[in-house]
Amino acid sequence: MTTASPALRPVRNERDRKHRSPLQRWYRNHEAWVLGASGVIGFLLLWELGSRSGVVDQFFFSKPTDIASAAVREVQLARFWNDVKVSVWEFVTGYTLAVITAIPLGLIIGWYRRLSYMIDPWLNLFNSLPRIALIPLLVLWVGLGVESKIAVVFLGAFFSIIIPTVQGVRTVDRRLLDVAKSFGASQRLTFTSVVGPATVPFITTGLRLGIGRALIGVIVGEIYAQTSGLGVLIVRANENIQPDRMFFGVLIFTFSGILGVAALRRVEHYFDRWRPVSEER
Amino acid sequence: MTEQALALRATGVRMEYRDPATRERLTAIERMDIEIPEGEFVSIVGPSGCGKSTFLKIVNGLLPATEGEIEIKHSKGGSDHAMVFQDSSLFPWYSVQRNVAYGLACRGVKRKEAFARALPFIKLVGLEGFESKYPYQLSGGMQQRANLARALTVDPELLLMDEPFAALDAQTRELMQVELIRIWSEAQKTVLFITHQIDEAIFLSDRVIVMSARPGRILADITIELPRPRDLDIKRTPRFVEYEEQIWRLISKQLSVGPEAAA
Repeated sequence: MTTASPALRPVRNERDRKHRSPLQRWYRNHEAWVLGASGVIGFLLLWELGSRSGVVDQFFFSKPTDIASAAVREVQLARFWNDVKVSVWEFVTGYTLAVITAIPLGLIIGWYRRLSYMIDPWLNLFNSLPRIALIPLLVLWVGLGVESKIAVVFLGAFFSIIIPTVQGVRTVDRRLLDVAKSFGASQRLTFTSVVGPATVPFITTGLRLGIGRALIGVIVGEIYAQTSGLGVLIVRANENIQPDRMFFGVLIFTFSGILGVAALRRVEHYFDRWRPVSEER
Repeated sequence: MTEQALALRATGVRMEYRDPATRERLTAIERMDIEIPEGEFVSIVGPSGCGKSTFLKIVNGLLPATEGEIEIKHSKGGSDHAMVFQDSSLFPWYSVQRNVAYGLACRGVKRKEAFARALPFIKLVGLEGFESKYPYQLSGGMQQRANLARALTVDPELLLMDEPFAALDAQTRELMQVELIRIWSEAQKTVLFITHQIDEAIFLSDRVIVMSARPGRILADITIELPRPRDLDIKRTPRFVEYEEQIWRLISKQLSVGPEAAA
């Protein structure tokens, strides 16, 4: 039937929209990135201009260009590199110790129900306890040196990793355990084929949380027991009222955290290759 | 054919459990006695909650029965039994080939050999070319093909199937039924098949065992005398429909009065 029907109207179609230029297309493909970058640059520009015009108090807030030149000055000092070395050592040692102990322990505790009943109260206690509060005790036990900071880093990361790991083992899909049992898988094979892979996402979540906690450990440990390290750099800059140097110190920690998490994402990505690629939003 | 060798004998199997909420002792299975001769395809149908899946888990050794005995023919080279599970029981982190080879890995076969031995079964279920895909990349029907291949790879004397097509859409389900008949006739296995779909049970089986509502017991053991090979057209023959009605009458009496029982 081709009778005219005035009630029908064509649906507006995306294709009918005007043609886009290559630049517009490039922008649409990189929109999130472009807008993110312009957000950051815009804020830095406002800060710089505000500082120069006197709206923002330079004495307290410094300005981006001052921070950049403070950074250039710092990286030429041997003391700065010594601070970096100390902080990196504290972080790497404490975090590594936490990873190699928390993951196996978490797997074991999660697997053996009775063991987990025994240990749960301790996990909960340590998880709710602000571990920073233990610093004076740790200093009392192992001294002001690098060991006390490693201990703080370790405690921060350890519980962030072990708690999700235990959780992950406990929530392993019963059906898959049944499959393993039905085919007569050994305890070891059950672990490597079911429990391990199922727990990986939980472990990587813990590792990511752990990075943040470990960085907090480094900075707070150093601020409490001021021997050397980037935390000390921040405190000294504060004492000398040098906000630009302080900002530089803070930025180093920030970027370490961002880099660490980005590196972990790559690891996660490798372990997640069996998962459907999820579209963001 | 008289006195054929048995693949499975279940005698006086009873299953009780304690309800975790009410702490009451409930009976899931009152009594099950089944004998399955070698090479037969037997289905168990029954209303949901009648304990048919529980019975299969007992046969598979995943649950201990409260009373009774299960005897399964001992296999010389392969496994005594293997289970085809319901949907999403493939390891999502393993490729199809590794999933299919899993049973062999459990028996201590080296990776390379297990992979090689999995190949003919991947081919048998029609998944050639999908060896390196992950389960999420397969459709529901293909996942169940892989699930079937995984069980066949260990060369079991008795193949247990727990509502393997329950999650599939109606068309895929019918296609898989035809496929299962083809694979069964090629692989020459004894099968114990659980389903709540009456036509599926009749179409596939030599015998259909009808179970009562909980506590489960055997209401009827019906020999399906339809000629093989069967194709989907047989589902519209009068003989087939007669079987359907016979079984449906048995089951509908078990259902409590409600809109479903009226059909």
